[in-house]
Order: sequence, then structure tokens, then C-alpha cells
Amino acid sequence: MKRTSRRAVTALGLTGSLLAFSACGSSSSSTSATSANTGASKTVAANTEAGGTAAAGGGTAAAGGGTAAASGPTEKGVTLSVMIGSSGDAETNAVKAATAAWGAKTGNTVNVIVAADLNQQLTQAIAGGSPPDVFYGGSGGFQTLATSNALAVTGDKITDSKDIYPSLASVFTTGGKYYCAPKDFSTLAVEINTDLWTKAGLTDADLPTTWDKLEAAAKKLTAGTVTGLVMGDSLDRLGAFMIEAGGSYQKDGKFTFDSPADLQGLQFAQKLAKDGALKFPKQVGAGWGGEAFGKGIAAMTIEGNWIMGAMKKDYPGVKFKVVPMPAGPTGTKGTLNFTNCWGVAAKSAHQDADVSLVSFLTTVDQQLSFADAFGVMPSRQAAKAQFATKFPEQAAFIDGADYAVGQVTVPGFSQVQQNFENAIQGLSDGSSDPKAMLADLQKNAAALG
Amino acid sequence: MTTSTATTIDVPPTESDRQKRRRLIREQRKLNGRQGIAGWLFVSPALIGLLVFLIIPIIVALYISFTNWNGASNPLGGSAKWIGLDNYKKLLTSDSLTRTNFFRSVRNNFYFVLFVVPAQTLLALLLAVLVHQKALKGRGFYRTAFYFPSVTSSIAITLVFIFLFQGTGAVNKLLDLVGVKGPNWLQDQRGLFHQILRIFGVDSSPGWGKHTVMGLHLWDWLSGPSTSMCVIIILAVWTTSGTFMLMFLAALQNIPEDVMEASQIDGATTRQRFWRVTVPMLRPTIAFVIMLGTIGTWQVFDQILLAGKTNPTMSTPAYLTYQLSFQNSAFGTGAAMAFLLFMLIIVLTVIQRRFLKEKV
Repeated sequence: MKRTSRRAVTALGLTGSLLAFSACGSSSSSTSATSANTGASKTVAANTEAGGTAAAGGGTAAAGGGTAAASGPTEKGVTLSVMIGSSGDAETNAVKAATAAWGAKTGNTVNVIVAADLNQQLTQAIAGGSPPDVFYGGSGGFQTLATSNALAVTGDKITDSKDIYPSLASVFTTGGKYYCAPKDFSTLAVEINTDLWTKAGLTDADLPTTWDKLEAAAKKLTAGTVTGLVMGDSLDRLGAFMIEAGGSYQKDGKFTFDSPADLQGLQFAQKLAKDGALKFPKQVGAGWGGEAFGKGIAAMTIEGNWIMGAMKKDYPGVKFKVVPMPAGPTGTKGTLNFTNCWGVAAKSAHQDADVSLVSFLTTVDQQLSFADAFGVMPSRQAAKAQFATKFPEQAAFIDGADYAVGQVTVPGFSQVQQNFENAIQGLSDGSSDPKAMLADLQKNAAALG
Repeated sequence: MTTSTATTIDVPPTESDRQKRRRLIREQRKLNGRQGIAGWLFVSPALIGLLVFLIIPIIVALYISFTNWNGASNPLGGSAKWIGLDNYKKLLTSDSLTRTNFFRSVRNNFYFVLFVVPAQTLLALLLAVLVHQKALKGRGFYRTAFYFPSVTSSIAITLVFIFLFQGTGAVNKLLDLVGVKGPNWLQDQRGLFHQILRIFGVDSSPGWGKHTVMGLHLWDWLSGPSTSMCVIIILAVWTTSGTFMLMFLAALQNIPEDVMEASQIDGATTRQRFWRVTVPMLRPTIAFVIMLGTIGTWQVFDQILLAGKTNPTMSTPAYLTYQLSFQNSAFGTGAAMAFLLFMLIIVLTVIQRRFLKEKV
């Protein structure tokens, strides 16, 4: 009896230590502090890429104008929790101030939680059964939440919801349900270093309003250590060319990446890249287009609103102007939008108060004050005029709102997108074939079902 | 002689042998019982920690690998459906992007292991032998210096390496001094073997290389580690040799002096002594170091997270598991991948033990 129990204990102990061994591994690899590090690296990555997905709130324009202020909720004295992924102190303080104002007005309190890694913390909170009442819903993870019934359908419930840009609203609509109200958005536009522009002898007549002009300008500006155009090697940048060629991501619920128009857009990028007029940030030693632009390595770049704040903070000496994206060969204007929404948890016990809060945060005045604080664009059409007057240098961004196309929100698409983007750098040396790239993209996207 | 019934003090009847044995066993059991409880009490904090943070999550992860959990609800109830072996099928048999990515990561990690384990074992052995010499002045200093990289945070070192190996970084500037134009290290995805073959004139895939196995061309399977992966290989060898050097050092110090002296008397040169005496005596330690090295290198994650997020030639199963789970919300597939990696490591370890076991 004793001997067997001793053997059993030894066996258990050995199994346990074996598991511990296999989990810890040797010092060459895993460290246990990965969760903290992923949080830090993700915020760093988000600040440099600023692709507009949920992780950090950097860059997506907030507030849209709306009309009247929020109608009073039927609940009083409740405490709501709001989880955000902030791009910095400016955004955190702005959100805190806005929610406090609503709280004072309606007799409630709001707790603003700033997530180090919004995606991770939000998923954990939802999986754990105690989600925050209101949170930033990214276009990337939105469908996962929707299909798991974690999101309450509140898009139509906010005050004057029809005023929100339809292209933004459609990003957060699936299965016929308009889940959450877009809180702000950003679009892509062309930023031009005015000093390098004039030094190359270019004038206003040469501004890149068409593909040919863009190509000519980029070629002329490429000299010495300066590259004419540096843009991110991502579908979230090159996709704009595909839209400008008359192509699209999806039509009638089916993916259309392998259409001839999409191919034309990608081939335009390939042409520029092969000529050396277009380079990707990693090729010039920069983390993102804005960094290359700020360091003077790029004379032009294509980025969204977030570049305004980044330039002001990191590269204040660079003088630049923002012009709309060029029109394609058929005159089609195209750009991409990146947006987040105010998600309301389905499990929240205070649905009325949540809707009232979101309505308040999406009023014209609130959205304009967010725009002021951290450089995002209002998602309400009624705020467009005011925004354009207040921020004339960002006129090109807001003008793009009418013809901007949103990101793909189908779950699992990020892996497909990553696979497509792996081949983008190969466009420069001819090792990647645009037709094959798009065929693969189409095949993988269609397989997502 | 008088027979007198003398009044004697009542002495308890003497125990029989059997009774004595029983009494002793009882007392021993009581002592064991008390010591046993004390033992369990002392061990319980660590055991509970191990249970809660290791055993239970592993069991739950195993369960999750058979579901389609997307992270947005309770995995043990919520909207996670049991789908049986579907995740494993997706990773092993379906012709999908997931499978291609998985096997690409396995290929990357395989080359990583192939280069790192021998390199770090040899380097550790060499350093240990060097530091073990009695005639070396400042042994303690060298020991510390060689061990130092192992103590530092892997994240910090990776960041420094990223900085050094930038396109315009220090390493390329040094190479410039020698007249060599260094590649854009961490962005260069060309495989090492491909580059070597290019020197011999083989520029692109031969006909037979275009067949796909598990979603990857045969030619791509033979690419070797990419230049960017080589940076991580250098990093891994540099940081872990120190730990293994200490193990070899301890083993070296256990080799009895008289064996070495005997070999010297027998006329063995230094080289012969090393290869014919030292290394065979270190065999168990070498086996142990190789095993640890293999287990560790198959799980490389930190460095990939920092340096190779978007580089397809740097993905590894551990990183892919993380990416699938947390960025694509496909926790079921991620867990399945983690267990496939686990089984792979176990199989490799078993094979290793069989090969490196002392043949008596």
C-alpha cells in the first residue's frame, strides 16, 4: 500500500514537473511576462501603423456632429463602465470629460477604463461574463462580437442615427442589424512635403489629382535619399488604388478582389514601385509612412488623419499640405475609411443609460470637441461643414468621406489580409505577381465563408 | 527450597513479537501521517499555483481545441460549440490558408532548431572547456561574462538586436567598413539555402520543386532559414549558451582528475583528450542540453513577436497560436495548434532519448 502510494505521488510529481518544464522551456524562448509585453508592443505598433483597427484609438476620427443633445435616460443613479483604447492622454482626458458631463447632466456616474490592449481586455471581459457597458468597437473584431451575441443592437437607437454617414454605418451592420453607432472615422489622403515640392520645381498645377500626375510628381520628387512616395505595404493603403480604378472589396456579399479593376489598381502600385518612385516603409528603414515623411525620406505619403497629430508631436518642423487622393483612370475617386463604434454590451444591465450616453457622445458638439482634442473626424454629416471650417488643413480628409470604402469585417480576414500583404514588398523587384496575389486573396477570402 | 508465591509487582505481560511489530508500525504510521501532512502543507502553495496556472489551463485548452470558441463568451458553456477534430483537420488535412501558415511556421521553426541547437551546444561546450582550464587567469570574470546574456530580459535584448540589425544600423555600418553591403536584415526573406544555391547558379525553383506539399512548394520547403530568421538564430545562440555553459562546467568539474591524468600519462594529446575522454564522459550532459535546447527552441515566441510580426519567414507555431487566438479570434484552432506542437516536441524528445541513451 505504502509503496504504491509513494510511486503514485512520485509519478504525479514527475508529470507535474515535466509539464512545468515543457511550459517554461529553456531560457532561449518563452518568458512568462508576455501579456504585459504584448500590451506594450501592441500600443507601440498601433501608434506607428495606425491602421485604424480597434487596438489603440489612435487616428480614427471621433465625434460626428449630430443635432440635439442626448435625451434623458429613464435610469438615474447608475454607474456605467466605459472601456477605451486610447491614443494618448488627450483622448483619455477628452473621453473622461465628456462622460463626466453626461453623468452630471443625468445624475449618473461613468467609470472610464483605459485598456492597455483593448482587444485582449475586451475579449477577456466579455468571455468572463462581466463586460464594460460601453466600449470602443473596432471594425476588425466587431463581427466576432456580433455573432457571439455580445453586442447589443443600438445603432438605430441613438438620437438622429440617420445623420451618420451611411458608408460608416454599413461597416457595423451585419445580418440586417445595425449594431453600433460609429463614433468617428479617418480617411486616407495624400500628404505632401511643401518644401521638397517647391524645391523640385513643382507647382499647384502638378498636384496629384490623377494617377498620371501622381506618378509624374513621385518620379520627379525621387532624388538622392528622398523617395517620391512612401506608403504602407498594406491592403489598408494600396486598396485605395483598387477603389480608384473602379474596383471594390465586396459586392452583394461576395468578395471581388480578383476583378479586372482591382488588378488595375494593384498594377499601378507595382508600376510605381518598380520605377522606384514608390517605396514601402521597411525598405527605407521607417516603421510607417508618417515616420518616413517626418524624417524627410519621403516627399509624399498616404496616411490618414492620425498623421496630423503625429507630425505635430514628433516632427513639428516639417511643413506639409494634405490633398485628396488621386482619381483613377476613369475619373473614379476613391479612398479608404477607418472607423470605430461605440459598442454596447448585450449583457449590460443599463441599456437605456448606455444608449443615452452614446447619443450624448455622438452629438455634433461632442464630436467636434473630440476632433479638437485628438484629431479625429466627426461621423455625423451635419458636422462636416463645421469641421471643414475649423480645420481647413484637414479638408481633404473629410471630403473623402463621401466616397470612402470601409475595411472588411469578416472574422478571420486579418489572416487572409496578412498573407496578401506578405507579398507586397515583392512588387518592387518583380518577385510578386499582382494577378496571382489577388487570386490568392480572393480564394482565401472566399474560403472564410 | 521453598516454593513461595512471592508477591511481585504487576508487570504488564510482555509483548509478543507480533504485538511489538504492530505497535511499531502504528507509531510509524502516526509519525508518517503527521510528517505527511506537514509535507503536503509545505508543498501546497506551489502545487496550487501549478494546478491553477498550469494544469487546469492546459486541460481547458485541450477542451477548447475541440470547440470553435471565439473568445467572446464562456468557453465552458457559452456559444462555443463542440466540433470534435475539425480544428485538427483544418490544420492537417484541409487545403486552406491556415494549414499553409501552420506548416510554413513549422518549417521556419525547424530550421531555427536545426541551426540553434547544435550551435549553442557546441558553443556552450567550448566555453565551458575554456573556462574550466586551471591556468586561465580571471576565470570568474569570464564565467560571469559568458553567462551574462542569459540573465538579461529577452525582450530587451531583442529590441537591441532589432536596433543593431536595421538596414542602416550598426551591423551594416561595420560591414561597410569591410566593404560588404549588408542586407536589410530583418526584412530580408530570402532563404539561406536558396542564397547558397544561387551562388552555384541555381536561381529559381527546378521543375520538381513546384509540387506543393501541405500548401508549400517543395522548393520553399528547402529554403533554409531566412536572413531575418538568422538574426534571431544569432540572438538565441548568444543568449542561451551561457546557461548551458554552466551545466557543462558543472559536469566537467565532476570528471575525476585521475581519469584526465591517466589519459595524459597514456600520451593523449589535448585534442585526443577532449574528443576521446571528455566528450564521452559528458555524454549525459550533452544529451540533456540537446533535449532542453530542442524543447526551448521549438517554442520560440518573444523574439518573433517583437521582430517578425509581419514576416512570413519568421512565424513559428507558438507565435501563430497567439496570432490565431488573439488577433483572429480563432481560439479553437490556436489551441489545436498548441497541442500539435506539444505532441511534436514529445515525439522529438522521445526519439532523442533513444538515440542518445548510453549503450551499456
